[in-house]
Amino acid sequence: MNEFFETSVFFGVFISLLSYGLGIVLKKKWKLAIFNPLLIAVAVTILCLCLLHVDYAVYKEGAACISFLLTPATICLAVPLYEQIELLKKNYKAIMIGIISGVLTSLTSVFLLVLLFRMDYASYVTLLPKSITTAIGMGVSEELGGYVPITVAVIIVTGVIGNMLAETICKVFKISDPVAKGVAIGSSSHAIGTAKAMEMGDVEGAMSSLSIVVSGILTVIGANVFAQFM
Amino acid sequence: MKYLKQFGIILLISFIGEMLHVLLPLPVPASIYGIAILFLCLECKIIKVEDIKETSVFLIEIMPVMFIPAAVGLMDSWKIIRPSLLPYGIITVVTTVAVMAVSGRVVQFIMRRRGKRCPEEMNPGGRDRGNYE
Repeated sequence: MNEFFETSVFFGVFISLLSYGLGIVLKKKWKLAIFNPLLIAVAVTILCLCLLHVDYAVYKEGAACISFLLTPATICLAVPLYEQIELLKKNYKAIMIGIISGVLTSLTSVFLLVLLFRMDYASYVTLLPKSITTAIGMGVSEELGGYVPITVAVIIVTGVIGNMLAETICKVFKISDPVAKGVAIGSSSHAIGTAKAMEMGDVEGAMSSLSIVVSGILTVIGANVFAQFM
Repeated sequence: MKYLKQFGIILLISFIGEMLHVLLPLPVPASIYGIAILFLCLECKIIKVEDIKETSVFLIEIMPVMFIPAAVGLMDSWKIIRPSLLPYGIITVVTTVAVMAVSGRVVQFIMRRRGKRCPEEMNPGGRDRGNYE
């Protein structure tokens, strides 16, 4: 039976969609942040793979057609950005300063916490690009000498946390403006957070998309500077 | 045919982004080049929004699902992270919350201070601005 799951063409995609569907049902029933569809989907999929003794590599191959769509989908974020360009032009100063302060907060807080936990240089540079999109973050970590697989894991967890807590954090910190919400989500939790911002509204989604691009580029420069501090 | 054409345009831009990623010696992924290219094409009216609208709405809507395979990869990196799970975990949560709070508050503060408070324009879709306050 195990062999069947390993050779099945549709198993990987099906289990991903099924667990995501389960996440949506749970979210509808209990409106708690912990019932985040993405989080539930990942947890349920991992559980199924463990129970059925399917290796990640095998699953990944089967689910490749989902990941394949990621680049085209990310590119589509240019559409809401284009549609909201007037709003962006009108508030570009606030948006840019917001993204810059987000990048600086990310780098500084990583620096301080790494000092607090007495971690080594490699762990430090592993964590520096944690708030930016995976592809750029991996490059930064590799170039500075970090542990790339950990960087990837931390970036994904950051995204899931952002996706899960975005509404709560905005509420607690009284961030009520859609532009501010979008910048906050995009600068802190890249594309995975942006998926949430798109659900919140077009303005949030557009600003979040913009923040991924700008904070990604700024972090490449910033991480190189911050790497000298240790 | 409509969807095929729309998806074709999006894939073409993905492909160009991929090429730039390989050709240029910068740590910029294909998707970021792609966003820039599509945005410029829309701005210069080379591509009209209607040419890709439905497909892009669909792709963005199902985007969370696309992160599942990568995130399930955590089951493999679990072994490497486990020894120092606590510091990594705390740092990840604390910095994510801090960045979101700071960048959001800064944008909101500057927008309001500059007196550009115009609820109609800031709030398309009629969301209630005073909801949380």
